[in-house]
Order: sequence, then C-alpha cells, then structure tokens
Amino acid sequence: MKKKQLITRRTALITGITALGSYWLYRTVKAPATPTYGSILRAGDNFTYEAQRALLSTRALAKEYSRNDISSFPAVGTINPADEHAPTFSKDYALIQRNEFLDWTLSVEGSVSRPGKYSLSSLHALPARTQITRHTCEEGWTAVAEWTGVPLSQLLQHAGISAKARFVNLYAYDGYQDSIDMIDAFHPQTILAYGMNGKPLPIRHGAPLRLRVETQIGYKSMKYLKRIVVTDEYVDPGDSGWAWYTGI
Amino acid sequence: MDVLLYIYLMSSHPNTSATPDGHKSWVKWTHWVGTISFLFLVFSGVEILMVHPRLYWGDVGNDLTKPLFELPISRNYHHGGWTASHAFFNDSHSPVSAGRTYDIFNQNGWGRSLHFLNAWILVVVGGIYLAVALYTRHVRRHLLPGRRELSFRGIVRDIAVHARSRPVFVKGPQYSLLQKLSYCMVLFFLLPTVALTGLTMSPAVVASCPWLLTIFFGAQSARTIHFFSAVLLVLFLLIHVIMIVRSGFKKQLRAMTIET
Repeated sequence: MKKKQLITRRTALITGITALGSYWLYRTVKAPATPTYGSILRAGDNFTYEAQRALLSTRALAKEYSRNDISSFPAVGTINPADEHAPTFSKDYALIQRNEFLDWTLSVEGSVSRPGKYSLSSLHALPARTQITRHTCEEGWTAVAEWTGVPLSQLLQHAGISAKARFVNLYAYDGYQDSIDMIDAFHPQTILAYGMNGKPLPIRHGAPLRLRVETQIGYKSMKYLKRIVVTDEYVDPGDSGWAWYTGI
Repeated sequence: MDVLLYIYLMSSHPNTSATPDGHKSWVKWTHWVGTISFLFLVFSGVEILMVHPRLYWGDVGNDLTKPLFELPISRNYHHGGWTASHAFFNDSHSPVSAGRTYDIFNQNGWGRSLHFLNAWILVVVGGIYLAVALYTRHVRRHLLPGRRELSFRGIVRDIAVHARSRPVFVKGPQYSLLQKLSYCMVLFFLLPTVALTGLTMSPAVVASCPWLLTIFFGAQSARTIHFFSAVLLVLFLLIHVIMIVRSGFKKQLRAMTIET
C-alpha cells in the first residue's frame, strides 16, 4: 500500500486559508468600534454591525407611509417617569411635566464647539422634518406613526460637532443611557421628535422629546431625552444584556 | 476569495476523503454544523415567539390591532394590563395608543443575539454547501430527480413503499424519490424563504432592499411566513429522524460521521 503523505499541498493550503480566515474573523469581531463584552453573543452582534455597515447602503431611507397607514401604537417600557410608584421615577421629570415642559431643556455637550441647552421653542426654530415610518419593536410587533422633529444632524451641526466625533450618547429622564454611531446620527431620517401624529409628543411616547432611529429596532429610539453627549470614543455603559447595534 | 478557493480545493479531488459510495466530507461537516445551528435557531426562535405570540398579515401588527391568530405559549398570551386608550385623531375609526402596565415575559436580550449568531453560521455553512454542491454537480447527480424518475405515479409508489416497509439503508447519497424531493424542498425553497423573511424583519436591510417588503407582502407577513417555514422545517427534521431510526440509526449515524 502506498504510504499516506502526512502533509499534502492540499491540506497545507486548506489549513492556511482557514487560519487566515479565522484571523480576519477574529479581527472583525474584536474591532474596537463597538463593545463585545467578551461574550460570544456580543461578538455575533458585532459581526452583524460590521456586515450591515459593509454590505448595506448607509444613506438608504426607511420606507415612508401615507397618513392612511397610521396605526394604533402601544407604549411599552417606561410610560411615565413622573409615576412615583415606578422604578423609573424621576423627581426632575415630575417637576418639568407639571410645568408642561416649559422649563425643559436638552443639554448638548462633549465634542462640540458650542455646547448649550436647547429649549423646546429653540428646537422648534430649527428646520423640521416630518416622516411617517414603521416602528419595529424587538418583541415582534410593528406600528406606523407620523413623527415631526429636528434632524439630529441639524442639531449636531448647529452645536458645531467636531470632525473627530464618532458617537452620540443619549441620556434619558428614566435613567436609560445609550449611544449611536455617526452613520445613524447623520442618517436623514434620524430625528429628535417633538410631535407625533400632528400633535405634541404624548407622555407615554416620550414627551417632550424622543429620538427616532428608523434603521434600527425600536429600543434605540430613546424616549424622555435629557442630555446628549458627543464623544470621540465609545462610552461603555456596561453590559445591559441587550445588543448595542440593532439594525436586525 | 478565501471561500472560493476553499470550494475549489474541496471539490477538485473528489475521491480522496470518501469512497464513491459514501457521503463526502464536506457534506458531513456542513450537515452537522447546519444541524447544530438549526437547533439553536429553533430554540431561540421559540423564545422570541413567546415574547409576542401573535401573528399578523401586512406591514403592521401589535397588541392594539387584530392578529391572524394568537398562540397560547407564554404568559404574554392574551395579556391584559393596559392603560385607558387614547385616540390619535378626532374620528370614530381613529387609531389609538395605550400604555402597557403588565410585566411581560421577555428574554429577547440573549434570545435575539443567539438567533442571529446561529443564523450567520447557517447562512455561511449553507452558502458553502450550495456552492460546492453546484460546482461538483452533487445537486444534479444526487438531489434533483431524473426526468424519467419524476412522475405522479412514481411519487405514489414511493409513498406506498415507505408506508409498507422500513426504508432500506443505503450508505451514500443514492436517494429515493421522496428523499430527493424533500431535500430539494428544504434546500432550495424552505431555507432560502426562512432566511429572506428573516432579513425582511430587519429595519436596516429593508431600508436598502425595499423589494423584500414587496415580495413578502410586508414586515408582519414576512414574520408569519418565517414562522410557517420554520414549522415545516421542524416537521422535516422530525420525519428525517424517524426515517433514520427506521432504516438503522447506528449505521446511518456512522455513514454521516466517521465512515468514509
């Protein structure tokens, strides 16, 4: 019987390709752009982020609907941070809500040349965008509503965003903290909404101001906004157990 | 590029790792990696469905709209706990809004991530399988029924054979007509459908590929089709395992693993 070769050219090539491929995969999922928290699930989410950014158009608009398509819309998660019995209670929010948000301001800080506080009327003075879009909740349901607000890109440029800035961190009255990258922050449909279905944003949907990110799952569209901090580095709020990027 | 070269290498010397009769090594490992990722997908898919066990048609569907049907598979089934609803507009048919006060079952934090991780694995392995299967003519030689083989009478006869007696153990990819038809159905119809309907639920994907919403009649229809395709895939798996057991579990397992 012919002696079997220990290493053939074929096995050497396959091993080499596998090693190169694995190294590339490792580099991709370990890329410092987004957190992985060292777990295999987070690495998978990071792979989705890299793949969607590489393969999809970053400027493509989400489908916009007509007024007839506006649907009923459940409010989930925090539905009122002024509720004393809820763990998300905020005394500050209860006070500004009592005063009908007249003394509410959005603080814009970080890598911007003109940090400052924006009242609702100063946001109304900026160019507005109205869009009828579909909200996709991670739970599995969807709803269509009309949103009116300031494109986040307008506000960031108004505040003089630095060229080195890479993330927009958002802080809400109910204690939530999250961030989006510059691609989503400058997406034309990413707006800070103060109006819903032609009326001021209702409390259960995030009054007085909420984010709308139409290319991600609903929980990225943060309600009850309080503060925006632009950073050059990713700010890790710790592992919430939920994916940071949810374009899927 | 890596993948293309790999496919070339795996297919250029057909008979080094298996005798002509047995299953090829690339069939074996793609089969098992695919199986494991599929089981994880079913597990996480059931968890995700439990969070919102209602299915709809069209683009929109939520707790305040009418479902096609609702499955009694978690405490979220028919759950109450809603604040009074408010109409958005001043007419009697106005859509409404209501706040949820009920603490729902929701483990989607890990459920969704586990689902997508395994979806990636299945898509990559499935892609490699399809590429090699097409390149080596595995599809034409072993999977597609021959023109003379495929007939209504042939199908009836094969069903009768399966019903009457145990299927005969055959070591390699010499499949019966029903086997060929069901494998083709799974590989070229159900798996692509389940993958594409899954992608249709992704807000980023449909922004770039709006035609997905058109071909599946909307985001919620895609979710419903995803569900029924997954049910058919699980049914296939059950029948597949029953046939493996009936034709000799140990022999079949050896043929799909260690035996060359």
